[in-house]
Amino acid sequence: MIELNNIHRDFQVGEQTVHALNGINLSISAGEYVSIMGPSGSGKSTLLNIIALLDQATSGSYCLDGHDVTHLDETILAKTRREKIGFIFQFFHLIPRLTAYENIEIPLTLAGIAPKLRRDRVTSALDAVGLTDRASHKPDQLSGGQRQRVAIARATIMHPAILLADEPTGNLDSHSGIEIIELLEQFNQQGVTLLVITHDASLGQRAHRNIRIIDGQSST
Amino acid sequence: MRIQDTFAQALTAVITQPLRTLLIIVAMSIGISSVSVLTALGESARSYVIHEFQALGTHLLIILPGRTETTGGQPPVFGETPRDLTLKDAEALMHSTHIAALAPVTVGSAPVSVHGLERETTIMGSSAALRRVRHLNMAMGQFLPDTAFDQPRPVCVIGQTIREELFSNSPVLGQWLRINDRRFQVIGVLASEGQSIGVGLDELVIIPVASAQTLFNNFSLFRILIESKSKASMYAAQNDIKRMITLRHDGEEDITIITQDSIVNTFDDILAALTLIVTCIAGISLLVAGILVMNVMLVSVTHRTTEIGLLKALGASQQQIIGLFLSEAALLSLAGGITGLIIGQLSLKLLQQVYPDFPLQLPLWALLAALSVAVITGLVFGILPAYKAARLDPIQALSKR
Ligand SMILES: Nc1ncnc2c1ncn2[C@@H]1O[C@H](COP(=O)(O)OP(=O)(O)O)[C@@H](O)[C@H]1O
Ligand SMILES: [Mg+2]
Repeated sequence: MIELNNIHRDFQVGEQTVHALNGINLSISAGEYVSIMGPSGSGKSTLLNIIALLDQATSGSYCLDGHDVTHLDETILAKTRREKIGFIFQFFHLIPRLTAYENIEIPLTLAGIAPKLRRDRVTSALDAVGLTDRASHKPDQLSGGQRQRVAIARATIMHPAILLADEPTGNLDSHSGIEIIELLEQFNQQGVTLLVITHDASLGQRAHRNIRIIDGQSST
Repeated sequence: MRIQDTFAQALTAVITQPLRTLLIIVAMSIGISSVSVLTALGESARSYVIHEFQALGTHLLIILPGRTETTGGQPPVFGETPRDLTLKDAEALMHSTHIAALAPVTVGSAPVSVHGLERETTIMGSSAALRRVRHLNMAMGQFLPDTAFDQPRPVCVIGQTIREELFSNSPVLGQWLRINDRRFQVIGVLASEGQSIGVGLDELVIIPVASAQTLFNNFSLFRILIESKSKASMYAAQNDIKRMITLRHDGEEDITIITQDSIVNTFDDILAALTLIVTCIAGISLLVAGILVMNVMLVSVTHRTTEIGLLKALGASQQQIIGLFLSEAALLSLAGGITGLIIGQLSLKLLQQVYPDFPLQLPLWALLAALSVAVITGLVFGILPAYKAARLDPIQALSKR
């Protein structure tokens, strides 16, 4: 499903070149549950952003679902992102002026789906994350855990094959952290490929496979 | 993304940023209202003047003594007049088959008095044909009698102002008034024409041309007014006039012929140009509004960086982001445009109250043009912010907090 070959990602900071990723090779099959751990600044987020097609590798190749996606036109990139990948952020990134319902609806609207169909899908997504009674609440009326669940509903609304989460529990207390991880695992049990970056070793151990990133290189 | 959804999104963004919305609407409406008011003023002035000139008569030819070298220029007001136009010239022109009516005109100023009431006014010497050529209407009595040009008669036709000032409400017809030392009997009163280009008809006293010539002791004509038989015979009439006058003036073509057409066209051009200039000046305020739209939108893009980054992360393409911001700009400027048009219409209504005689209205084309100009301004100045938003790097946009 995900094939990364000798991925390098360099950042130019002034005169200096920062090598965030140093020849990453990674192969993840459909339906896997993988955790990514490593010290801060080791390149975990950079790796996940490249997998999410939010960022492009400086060199190396990336095959997604058997298609080379290393160099794609911006429009196709956006479409692939919308249809195949769900992304969950540490800081939730909900739009504050929109309700939970409206935040979850965004990907459907971007995809040009008709309002009636949207309503059905958002309603069942709210149900799946257990927030049916919070549909009309704005993000600032929700707890951290509830916000992250809205974000998960939004990330999964297009039924993506891959779910990527960059420290989804980093901003939550341990109790709601566990709840969020369990929610993500539910999606994995339904066949969604799940990649989670985490600092918490006990959460990381729950995955079927652990990847350690140190200085932009992976050591399994 | 469906177009309805794009606009719905843009609309929520517009509504949830009331200060920005207000700012743009105010700026845009100032621009649009000033453009529409000034266009309306210019257009109304143009149609008013054109209408006034057309009221002079469509087949009108005016002969002036003296020749202007540059065609279409000013008639020679101060230039020396080489040879006078005389009543004999006017009589000769009567032989042209293309001329339907002809009125010689002399003009002077003299004191007019009745029973000790006196005022200085314009005295016009002419003939019976003046009424037809200038389309004059009578309030009462009759116009000058149809007699030979060189025959003086002590009769006069007066304008409404003269009647009011010299006779107030007492009967007028058959009364005598005094111009200089000569007595004239009032045989008619002109209908009030309101404002008219050129001579104020209301303050005029018209007497037979021969009487005026002896009154002012001046035997040259000020003008000859001619009505040609038809619009088509205007050219032929002009040629006849030139040929006949040249023959009579020892081979010199020392006259200028003005057609009503040429006057109307000249004024039409001048006033259209004026309207355009004034509109352009008002357009500067639109430019300012456009620049404001751009700045406010740029600030808005910076403000909503995270949101834009998120939309891109969720799979919005660059085109979709551009579409979102451009429809926002379009909605804002359309709202400003409509507000501006309403303000403009209200100002016009107010002006109309102050000047009820002046026909004021914004033509439909200007209304539609103003709206499209508003939207186009918004779009043009919205392009830069929209592109800036579309090109945001989602990761950097999201990491900015
Ligand atoms: N946009 C960027 N510009 C410059 N350097 C960056 C940028 N993004 C990441 N880096 C650098 O790349 C390295 C990896 O960063 P990141 O992937 O965010 O680490 P992690 O998520 O593992 O903490 C760090 O040294 C970081 O400073
Ligand atoms: Mg990170």
